Amino acid sequence: MKKNWMSYPYIVWMLIFIFIPLLLVLFYSVTMRTDQGLIFTLDHYQRFLEPIYLKVLFRSIYLAFICTVLCLVLGYPMAMILAGNDFKRKNIMVFLFVIPMWMNFLLRTYAWMTLLERRGLINTFLSWLRLAPLNLLYTQEAVVLGMVYNFLPFMVLPIYSVLSKIDQQLIEAAEDLGADSVTVFRKIIFPLSLPGVISGITMVFMPAVTTFVISRLLGGGQFTLIGNLIEQQFLYVGDWNFGSAISMVMMLVILLSMGVMSRYDKEHEGGGLW
Amino acid sequence: MVNRYLKRIYTALIYLFLYAPILILIIFSFNASKSRGNWSGFTLKWYLELFQDRQIMKALSNTMIIAILSSGIATIIGTAAAIGIHNMKRFKKAIMMNLTYLPVVNPDIVTGLSLMILFIFTNFQLGFLSLLLSHITFNIPYVILSVLPKLKQLDKHLYEAALDLGATPLYAYRKVILPEIMPGVITGLLLAFTLSVDDFVISFFTTGSGVSTLSITIYSMARRGINPKINALSTLLFLTVLLLLIIVNFRMSGEKIKKEREI
Repeated sequence: MKKNWMSYPYIVWMLIFIFIPLLLVLFYSVTMRTDQGLIFTLDHYQRFLEPIYLKVLFRSIYLAFICTVLCLVLGYPMAMILAGNDFKRKNIMVFLFVIPMWMNFLLRTYAWMTLLERRGLINTFLSWLRLAPLNLLYTQEAVVLGMVYNFLPFMVLPIYSVLSKIDQQLIEAAEDLGADSVTVFRKIIFPLSLPGVISGITMVFMPAVTTFVISRLLGGGQFTLIGNLIEQQFLYVGDWNFGSAISMVMMLVILLSMGVMSRYDKEHEGGGLW
Repeated sequence: MVNRYLKRIYTALIYLFLYAPILILIIFSFNASKSRGNWSGFTLKWYLELFQDRQIMKALSNTMIIAILSSGIATIIGTAAAIGIHNMKRFKKAIMMNLTYLPVVNPDIVTGLSLMILFIFTNFQLGFLSLLLSHITFNIPYVILSVLPKLKQLDKHLYEAALDLGATPLYAYRKVILPEIMPGVITGLLLAFTLSVDDFVISFFTTGSGVSTLSITIYSMARRGINPKINALSTLLFLTVLLLLIIVNFRMSGEKIKKEREI
């Protein structure tokens, strides 16, 4: 069965549209156009170390971190409930959980704009209670809220899929041996669910760090994240070299952390969604 | 017993969190007043305006054409590639799989802007065609990753048996292999179609002036603030997705959809 040639169109396609473009990004990130023509330089990377840009990087990581923690805290109990036997129609509950995920994330983000805005529903409700309206939209909290809303299912589903595969007899055995429910959770359930937790953390943290849409729509452009910075460099400032350098840094960070994470998730037990 | 109620309340709160924004969006798409705070009567005016909006209708047709073409082409290239990769030796296979995973794990924004650089660098006009090429590019890996598991399950003696019985290799592929891997191919096609419709980031970077998809239109409208027309559009899209999901769910159980997306 020599059918290798069947993948040649694909190989050519990926070389042209994935490999070469990434090389171009690398190329732009280490060159500079001067009067003497193109020269090799690491200036763009160095520029990224300026406080103003480092602040953007730290803000992105900080907000993504908070979002990940919130998703984990909110999502783990939800995954446990979904994996347990509390609902007769478990499949429907899981199905209902997945539906919002299939909606375009722009619309999910937009939905929060209508709730949070100055004359939005929440403020209308507050004024009905004779309370002063709050500035909800275009705040850092709104950005985190939008992230949590968009990425919560990515935390719950991998954990759910690992939890529902846990052998119930293990738990029964632990209980027979005298463990109380806290000990069972601490010593059995949680350790066994770790691959799902790690997969969930990866799937929430990565898109949260790289987003530029949520911060633009819910932060109103006041909270520049690393994704916004890249977007600005390419579309408004027109500094491709600097934009490419930031992209390279971001890509390396993501690929490295994916590599590290996948070491902990060797058998893909986490049931990733991508 | 208390525990049980706690769980129910927690579940209710989380589902409320998930669904409340969507439901409110839908309800206010029927609101006569443009101000969102108060309800001032039922209307279908926003839906009418939506359908009369040339720009949105054009974006809708662009989205559909690109989704159909890109998922179709990606399915053909991807299925062929999967068959090729499946028959590769271990080392080459590992290289190919890494190449396939690269665009999947790479942030969308990097994929998008790297394609934009390619198009501008080669003086390729940004517009419909660049958009289509980009969509095919990010769709192919998902097709491959949907088809490969089916190829792994395949009994390789089936193909040999067909050859022994006098089938030409092409005939054997068409009549034996292809029907066997068809579920994977269909899944890949549907997945590619959905991803293409849903994509914003890569389209945003690779489109040119004048050519827009629904996502891009929504983004540029939402950036300017709230617009009841987007509510109407969201409602229609949400109902379409819901309908499609229910249909697909009839085909396979919820657990399986998740597995198919699991890559």
